[in-house]
Amino acid sequence: MTHHEYDVVIVGAGGAGMRAALESSQRARTAVLTKLYPTRSHTGAAQGGMAAALANVEDDNAEWHVFDTVKGGDYLVDQDAAEILCHEAIDAVLDLEKMGLPFNRTPDGKVDQRRFGGHTRNHGEAAVRRACYSADRTGHMILQTLYQQCIKQEVEFFNEYYVLDLILDQDPQAAAPGEEVAVAGVVALELSTGQIHTFRAKSVIFATGGAGKVFKTTSNAHTLTGDGMGIALNAGLPLEDMEFFQFHPTGLAGLGILLSEAARGEGGILRNSEGERFMERYAPTIKDLAPRDMVARAMANEVREGRGAGPHKDYVLLDLTHLEPAHIDEKLPDITEFARTYLGVEPYTEPVPVYPTAHYAMGGIPTTVRGEVLRNNTDIVKGLYAAGECACVSVHGANRLGTNSLLDINVFGRRAGIAAAEHAATVDEAAVLPDDAAARVEGIVTRLLATVSGSGTERVADVRKALQETMDRNVQVFRDATSLEEAQRVVAELKERYKDVAIHDRGRRFNTDLLEAIELGFLLEISEVVVAGALARQESRGGHYREDFPTRDDEKFMHHTMAYATEDGVRLDTKPVVVTKYQPMERKY
Amino acid sequence: MTATAESPAVGEVKAMQVTLRILRTNPEGTDDHAPGESYWQEFQVEAHATDRVLDALHKIKWEQDGSLAFRRSCAHGVCGSDAMRINARNRLACKTLLKDLNPAKPIIVEPIKGLPVEKDLIVDMEPFFASYREIMPFLVTTGNAPTRERLQSPEDRQRFDDTTKCILCAACTTSCPVFWTDGQYFGPQAIVGAHRFIFDSRDEGQWDRLEILNDKAGVWKCRTAFNCTEACPRGIEVTKAISEVKKVLTTGEI
Repeated sequence: MTHHEYDVVIVGAGGAGMRAALESSQRARTAVLTKLYPTRSHTGAAQGGMAAALANVEDDNAEWHVFDTVKGGDYLVDQDAAEILCHEAIDAVLDLEKMGLPFNRTPDGKVDQRRFGGHTRNHGEAAVRRACYSADRTGHMILQTLYQQCIKQEVEFFNEYYVLDLILDQDPQAAAPGEEVAVAGVVALELSTGQIHTFRAKSVIFATGGAGKVFKTTSNAHTLTGDGMGIALNAGLPLEDMEFFQFHPTGLAGLGILLSEAARGEGGILRNSEGERFMERYAPTIKDLAPRDMVARAMANEVREGRGAGPHKDYVLLDLTHLEPAHIDEKLPDITEFARTYLGVEPYTEPVPVYPTAHYAMGGIPTTVRGEVLRNNTDIVKGLYAAGECACVSVHGANRLGTNSLLDINVFGRRAGIAAAEHAATVDEAAVLPDDAAARVEGIVTRLLATVSGSGTERVADVRKALQETMDRNVQVFRDATSLEEAQRVVAELKERYKDVAIHDRGRRFNTDLLEAIELGFLLEISEVVVAGALARQESRGGHYREDFPTRDDEKFMHHTMAYATEDGVRLDTKPVVVTKYQPMERKY
Repeated sequence: MTATAESPAVGEVKAMQVTLRILRTNPEGTDDHAPGESYWQEFQVEAHATDRVLDALHKIKWEQDGSLAFRRSCAHGVCGSDAMRINARNRLACKTLLKDLNPAKPIIVEPIKGLPVEKDLIVDMEPFFASYREIMPFLVTTGNAPTRERLQSPEDRQRFDDTTKCILCAACTTSCPVFWTDGQYFGPQAIVGAHRFIFDSRDEGQWDRLEILNDKAGVWKCRTAFNCTEACPRGIEVTKAISEVKKVLTTGEI
């Protein structure tokens, strides 16, 4: 075992982690621990753009952006956080440009902007061009640019170090309200050697990304297994609003690979088997550019009512055939290539089969607007921060608008980096990392390695597949008490089966078999929380749609869900929503 | 034209048996093989013509041999984790469909060449990233930054578009015969990485970067074998980018 000491440790090297690192490493001795090489992070798969009211191509302002974000999130957004997000958006984009990000340009050389779902002029009048973009690979450019800046600043990376535990100086659930709880460090598994490392730090930032792999059909990478969220939960911290999961309307049918909303922003149209532009019926004003939750539901509904396309009538069609091929090549080169490569469809002349795909967790580790992690509704954990998809600040509420996540990682990644470094400067000594800090992780690794020659009968892949299938079947776009209870039963059963899991690789070095077994543990825990929250929320709001409670119920449910892991299962609590300007109204587009 | 329901069938492909012949290495050894010894192992999997090679590798790992080690993440060709040598060509396993190979014959899968093998299909990427870091892969500017964005015409932006697509997968560098034999050569990727900034109208560090590339380990090692261009899963014209850098060094004009 090797021990390290830093002022700031950042866990995760996607957009949020590296944006934080750029701030923190200027101010404090910083280490970035990442399961993947930084450039493999899933920020790089984001396509369409990053929202900011630059008003480079038409009239726009940050306040309209705030309104759209709040309304898009079905009023579950904390409005103080949304104001920060949208007002700091402009500098966030300009900062990236100055770092070298190659945005597409207007004829007069400014950052170009395009339309995206739910972003409107003057509180819903019409779609507005707010998304700053770089073809359909904006996330790739952000990830590359941030990594390049990290090279320039000589940020210290620990690549392929898989963080598995968070050490606090006391149990946050046992501590009295108001009592100080502080971070002490993290424990990581070095994948190339199998060695365990402890990192003591004054500040720790979690920027570990999403958990899309709880579902079968997802746009998320294989590696997005909710590790950071699971670690927080195991450390006695709550997760907020986990029942809100975004299903992106346009995943490649059968595969889930993301086709950017930019396809519709650039003029693409969704059609059913009758060739009808069905979104006209669901969102008469902005049609195909309605927010993702509404479009995904509309698509699923078309299929359910028999108007799906294809031999099994189980998908709808994304039609780009009326666009000029040159325009497609310039603005949407990657996603059209995905259609060609994976479905053999030529988007110039054929419509592309699409169906909703699990895309984004609106919920996560609750934080303040400075990125400080909350251990209950009001108390923060000293020195602990979170940003990006693993966090919930909450700027996305019940449904995130497209292009607001690349924005989120930049704005709140930056804020967390600054806050973490500033905190480290005020602390003489980090909290004590106990001698047995690595015991839990050692226990997990030893136990799983012992299963190679043990009596375990379950395969990781089988349990994971059963989990993903039940989540797809029961917790997707449409949910009800029956489906959720079924999911709850299956997840509980799979947690039992997980205890009998056996792996095959007995080695220490690059034991990716072991890695997948650990990841599955996190997936099961996250799923349990998602389902518990969804069962308790007997209303429909944003991405959470209950067929047995089809309307929003502000009287009973205008609050965040706070979920805690206890020995008796998931304990749910509520947290008030911060409302500043915008009172809930009916959500029409 | 208005799209109608006459669309291609999704998931209507018949299953078939495919053989994968994989070059394996276990640093800690197995019952039959010494630590670090490389050996071939064959696996049969049931797969569909539309499956990716990555899907077949996963089937092996998940159903037959959990110890098979390879890197992967996004599974659709944008993260750059799973470059490997498939039927003697560098490709991404997630972007190579079985139907694009000849599934009647065994599919040969090896780690990319020229970097130390760590385990099975996993190689040590550090020398590759070290070369990338060498060429100052970041925007260099002088003077005060403007309050708004730096202006750049769409034409100037287009000038370096091709090389911005790089995902650092190393398929190009590890397909280069010079890289395999010359321990000093940066490899094509580092030149692509430099090209992206040299031809960016906002950048002012181009001459420092060019000086690095003019060095003995730089562009002049390239023998225009074109392997790199063929290997690039992003369709970057790598050899052309290298030629453009050579041209600037020869003419002194960007």
